[in-house]
Amino acid sequence: MSQANPPMQQAASSNARRGQRQMSDRRIMLWFILPTIILLILMNIFPLIYSLYLSFTNYSVIADKAPEWIGVQNYQAILSDSKFWLSFATTGRYALLTVILQTVIGFGLALLLRNKFKGSGLVTTLILIPMMLSPIVVATFWKMIYNPSYGIFNVLLGYTNISTAPEWLGEPDRVLWAIIIVDVWMWSPFVMLLCLAGLSAIPEYLYEAAAIDRASSWFQFRRITLPQVMPLLLIAVLFRTIEAFKQFDLVYGLTGGGPGDLTETVSIRLYRLAFSGQYDTGTSSALAYIILVVIIAISNLYIRSLNKARGG
Amino acid sequence: MLKKTGLLFVLVAILVVALSGIGIAAAQDVSELTIWWAQWDPANYLQQIGNDYEAATGIKVTVVQTPWGDFYTRVGTEWAAKGTSYDLIVGDSQWVGQGVTQGHYVELTDFMNENDITGSVTPATLQYYGEYPFGSGKYYAYPTEGDANGFAYRKDLFENPDEMAAFEAKYGYALAVPETWAQLRDIAEFFTRPDSGLYGVNVYTQKDYDAITMGFENVFFSYGCNWMDETNNVLGVVNADACVQALDLYKELYNFAPPGNTNSFFQEMNDSFTNGQAAMIMNYFAFFPALNSDVNPYKDSTGYFVMPKGPDGQQFAALGGQGMSLNSYIDDTRKAAALDFLKWFAQEDVQKTWAEYGGYTCNINVLGSEEFLTQTPYNAAFAQTMTFVKDFWNIPEFGQLLAPTQSALSGFVVAGQGTAQEALDTLAEEQDAILVETGVIQ
Repeated sequence: MSQANPPMQQAASSNARRGQRQMSDRRIMLWFILPTIILLILMNIFPLIYSLYLSFTNYSVIADKAPEWIGVQNYQAILSDSKFWLSFATTGRYALLTVILQTVIGFGLALLLRNKFKGSGLVTTLILIPMMLSPIVVATFWKMIYNPSYGIFNVLLGYTNISTAPEWLGEPDRVLWAIIIVDVWMWSPFVMLLCLAGLSAIPEYLYEAAAIDRASSWFQFRRITLPQVMPLLLIAVLFRTIEAFKQFDLVYGLTGGGPGDLTETVSIRLYRLAFSGQYDTGTSSALAYIILVVIIAISNLYIRSLNKARGG
Repeated sequence: MLKKTGLLFVLVAILVVALSGIGIAAAQDVSELTIWWAQWDPANYLQQIGNDYEAATGIKVTVVQTPWGDFYTRVGTEWAAKGTSYDLIVGDSQWVGQGVTQGHYVELTDFMNENDITGSVTPATLQYYGEYPFGSGKYYAYPTEGDANGFAYRKDLFENPDEMAAFEAKYGYALAVPETWAQLRDIAEFFTRPDSGLYGVNVYTQKDYDAITMGFENVFFSYGCNWMDETNNVLGVVNADACVQALDLYKELYNFAPPGNTNSFFQEMNDSFTNGQAAMIMNYFAFFPALNSDVNPYKDSTGYFVMPKGPDGQQFAALGGQGMSLNSYIDDTRKAAALDFLKWFAQEDVQKTWAEYGGYTCNINVLGSEEFLTQTPYNAAFAQTMTFVKDFWNIPEFGQLLAPTQSALSGFVVAGQGTAQEALDTLAEEQDAILVETGVIQ
């Protein structure tokens, strides 16, 4: 017995060493996840928590001074500032109008392109081009299109006299609409794309059954098409609402937030507070959190509707 | 165990070598310098100066250029990080307050006095580009690129006998380069002919940063107005009657501008001139070289003049341009090397070369030399302008004051919201609130 023990002990200790070298599945999993978790903490979680702290302080990132705790004063200052509410109203109007128009136009285009015809692939691709362009590029050439001196927009609308032609980017009644038109032109194809995906997934037998029952086209649209497309349509609307609420580059490129404060969206106001000479890091962090809360609230409403639509 | 010890030894060795490498590098003489500026032609001219410095001393100078739109934002980010990626920065005059109070700039008073640099540049440029606070005699920047607003005009229109006769018949005085803002307004009105695609004048309207404020200031200062009085008070100062008249006049000028200039700055000014839309344009002198090139079909008939006078004969031009400051976060060796460059750059013969390359020197002797005055069609107007330049706030709160100013001016001038009085009353109240909150007004 005693003679047999040493080889067995050697084998046991060799297994133990191999076991130490071979990692368990759990450990391998951890090693794979760890870099992502570290990156997430460094790039997302820490800035999020730190900016939340900064939103309660008087602090400028370029000043050689530590943040000074001032409680909710930044939030109070923002919420009692009429210009902030004006920015929010502008953003709300902009988001509402762009999303409604994009939904209607995007869905309409999807219905038109649903049935294949000669060249439908090419037409679809051409329609998708605007959403593939950079917003700053779009803003730059739409500024030219709107220019009353040489732009084509007024000519298409029938204004041939420069002195009486509307100044789309300078008149209070028109300037927001001018930006909305560009946004709708750029992003309706996105809604169309998602709706097309939804429409192509509707089983044909539903329409055949409805046709046998002599259901009208309107009835088929209301009871088959719309409910079937609704989940994807809601996703498109959710994305577009969030994007419209964050809108910065297109507006900045077209009008710079002007004239006056007429097109100053909350994102542009946030940019001016955070950079652009002010560097008011404390207040801008507070404003960023207010925007975040609003976007989360709106997203939740949409997600509830989406869940309802999915649940039938 | 042996393997682990070996690995640890290798790591420590690498660390020691790396750290000692840093030490060696720091101890060595500086072989290159980095100057940070915005992306435009003067920065290319400065690079040429840097090449001359390398030829003379062997120290390589690199001028890093950032597009104007991003320049301040990136500088702010670098300040926040206490960055050492640059040694010298050619920064806007309004940054001086932030640069000094927040510790980003090194004080250059002794250096400039000892090397007789303070007396070599025009007093106005020394004050606005380098001094903080005003009148303190403390300097933080060497006036590098002098700049201010001036006007370019179409001589072919102004000197056309038919136009001259028609103008005199209508306004009762001869058509010539305007000496007052009232005359400029008349000329702008006279040449505004939408049917033939010609407009009298183009002025700054851009809201993004400071353009419309800078454009308006030319009229504002000449009408005897200031952004604040000696006690930093703005109420009744910014919205005084003369200032309201100045704003009304600026609005009138905008009405004589080519359509579509709702958010225009230097590029749009030059464009409207070269495409024949505007008889006169406001612009910084730094952007006039483009009009003296083949891009401008009216190149041979383009003239330049200084800002007109206000109703009481006061004459001011809004200051542009930048001074060169020393980054406070670099080590002493690099600071010494950067100061050596500044000392060399401030010499009169180097400033002469700087002007020959196309830079707008602030050196008094070079500015007054016959050679400089006749070098380009706009140099004479530039040299004259640099004697009556004026700037807005250079206090750390300038950004907060600028935002409502841009909104108020853009709202009234471009969108036609309210009256000039209402716009300036609102502006004065907003600025007062900022100054009280930040403690500038006690």
